[in-house]
Amino acid sequence: MAPDNAGDRLAQTGVTASATVPGTNQPEAARRPTVTIQPTSGWSAINLRELWTYRDLLMILAGRDVKLRYKQTGLGVTWVILQPLIAAAIFTIMFGRFAKLPSDGHPYIVFVFSGVLIWNYFAQVLQRAGNSLITDARLITKVYFPRLAIPLASTFSALIDLIVALGVLAVIMAIYGIMPTWRIAALPLFVLLAAVTATGVSLWLSALNVKYRDFVHAMPFMLQVWMFASPVAYATTIVPEKWRLLYSLNPAVAFIEGMRWSILGTSSIRPGMVALTVVVSLFVFVMGAFFFRRVERGFADTV
Amino acid sequence: MSQTAIRVEQISKSYRIAKALMRQPYRTLQEEVIGLPRKIWERARGTVEPMETFWALEDVSFEVNEGEVVGIIGRNGAGKSTLLKILSRITEPTRGRAEIYGRVGALLEVGTGFHAELTGRENIFLSGAILGMRKSEIARQFDAIVDFAEVDQFIDTPIKRYSSGMYMRLAFAVSAHLEPEILLVDEVLAVGDAAFQKKCLGKMEDVAEQGRTVFFVSHNTQAVRQLCTRGILLERGRVVADGPTDSVLSVYNQRVREMRIDADTGVNNPQNRRGSGAVRFTSVQVEEPGGEERYTFSMGDTVRFRLSFIAHRDLRGLAVFVGIRSGVSRELLTSVRHVVTESGVPAGTVGTVLVDLPSLNLRPGEYPLYLHVSESIESPTNYDVLDDLTPPLVMAAGTRRLTDNFDPSRPMGAYSIPSQLVVEALDSPGAARQSNPLALTSR
Repeated sequence: MAPDNAGDRLAQTGVTASATVPGTNQPEAARRPTVTIQPTSGWSAINLRELWTYRDLLMILAGRDVKLRYKQTGLGVTWVILQPLIAAAIFTIMFGRFAKLPSDGHPYIVFVFSGVLIWNYFAQVLQRAGNSLITDARLITKVYFPRLAIPLASTFSALIDLIVALGVLAVIMAIYGIMPTWRIAALPLFVLLAAVTATGVSLWLSALNVKYRDFVHAMPFMLQVWMFASPVAYATTIVPEKWRLLYSLNPAVAFIEGMRWSILGTSSIRPGMVALTVVVSLFVFVMGAFFFRRVERGFADTV
Repeated sequence: MSQTAIRVEQISKSYRIAKALMRQPYRTLQEEVIGLPRKIWERARGTVEPMETFWALEDVSFEVNEGEVVGIIGRNGAGKSTLLKILSRITEPTRGRAEIYGRVGALLEVGTGFHAELTGRENIFLSGAILGMRKSEIARQFDAIVDFAEVDQFIDTPIKRYSSGMYMRLAFAVSAHLEPEILLVDEVLAVGDAAFQKKCLGKMEDVAEQGRTVFFVSHNTQAVRQLCTRGILLERGRVVADGPTDSVLSVYNQRVREMRIDADTGVNNPQNRRGSGAVRFTSVQVEEPGGEERYTFSMGDTVRFRLSFIAHRDLRGLAVFVGIRSGVSRELLTSVRHVVTESGVPAGTVGTVLVDLPSLNLRPGEYPLYLHVSESIESPTNYDVLDDLTPPLVMAAGTRRLTDNFDPSRPMGAYSIPSQLVVEALDSPGAARQSNPLALTSR
């Protein structure tokens, strides 16, 4: 815009005499605004640079989640250990003893625990992030920051639980005398895959939850169905060969089986299946990011 | 030469409101699914639920230079808060564009992001980060924040155990140590006690004195007058006046006056008033003795209240008093209670009384009025109370010598008490003795 116009307008308002002198606004024409506010239209990508400047906020929000979770609880952090252990124990009894589901030849408890802990991480992220924008509604209506930081904080805060659970797994493996192989080096990659997938899904969930509050109620069922559709309590081998490709459209398959592969060394999963689920995960993530950006601008008005 | 800090170009913001019923802005999926057939049916028949577009802001344009302290004035619903939300990027404009040069700190509430379960220390970091500070910055300012809030003993206590005063102090301390180039402030001052409000105002003055840009939204015209060099008046989402604070405030007062007298609020409508209603004020006029009605006075002027009333019931007596509220703290200054009559007043009696406040030394500002009529001095029964229902009394900086040395924007309370000066001695060392020491003080 022309700097002269700005001067004229100020002259009308009679505010600053100096601003009406022609040319005094000239140097400012070269200045770039720190922020330009205008209606965004259509689909736009995530502003990664902005998110980076708010990285401290992201970490502090994640830290808040972790602290709040175990404040005023009797057992405190013990829950982090108990939750996956109890789940694994139930699965071991139900499916390992009674149903005798295959575990690829590993002790069933080790087999199921390795699946449960990564699934728990995934489910935790979804659960926390899903409702996060509603819980932090006051923040959204009172201050600006990249809204993405709120659901994203869950991706990080749930990692703490995962790390503790991995420690528990190490103990269980030691008891059974199972030594990890060089494949353990790939573990962070599968955790990353789980994080990306979980973030992608939670971007959808959290944004939809702002508009449709009943997603909160649908979430537990969705997670339960999803878990049984994923190789948490059983090995992928029980899925007939011809359905395997379709099965691996479920993005949870790759990180659960990948986790087992890197810890236990064997898995029935094929590289092609992993590649497919990686593509699905990335697709969900990218679409989720765009969707989130699109609805984000209305959050403060609807939440 | 100052540079632009904020440039706003034709910003508009609309909200869509369902005409039929004010629905929640969010829906449930269930509603959507069940409502779908009806929606299709209605759309097919062309009877879609009418949505009304409400323009909270319309074509708002202005420019603020670095170091300006701008007050946004307007009644409720004028669009003040919407403007602030757009500038602080909480919500997006529907149309238009704004450019901001510099780091923005927005204070739309005290204690943004505070969580009751977390300790004072944790909350300082949390709230600081939410307000846009880097972790290292917060760490650097940490001691200063704790000092300012005076909570160092309790810094590792969850803030749910804090007293509300401590909570407010800590919350404000975090905001106060934010170091933005542009500070956007909403009616933060509306909360807390008078002392706290003064602390907030003082801090904002500091910020302004450091040459940073302040954008202040408030109902409190007294605070706006005190802090701001420039005012922008919004009305129904549009800018109706923009300029020096004094002139914008007088436009505002004019508008408020017109609105109050025309509308069926205030004196003309006894429905929404306090008091038993045995007597009702029928008109309230503020005037200079022997002169016409006016609302703006200079410091030291005599202010006359002409109060007309009607008695609706038989009464044993009548007493009136006039109260003046301070704009900032809302404390009341009152006249004495005047006995109008102690003999019976039959129903249907109408009357007019004059209450003079001679040489009123109220300091410049807007003072909401409080008018009260009751049976007698002893009786606590209110017949009628006009509480902030008339235009406020406006005191302008006086032309009299008495006020010459005062900067009207200085926070020096509501009232200058009449005082006298006697210079008893004034001996300058080494200099020839002044024959008349008083000559030094005259100008």
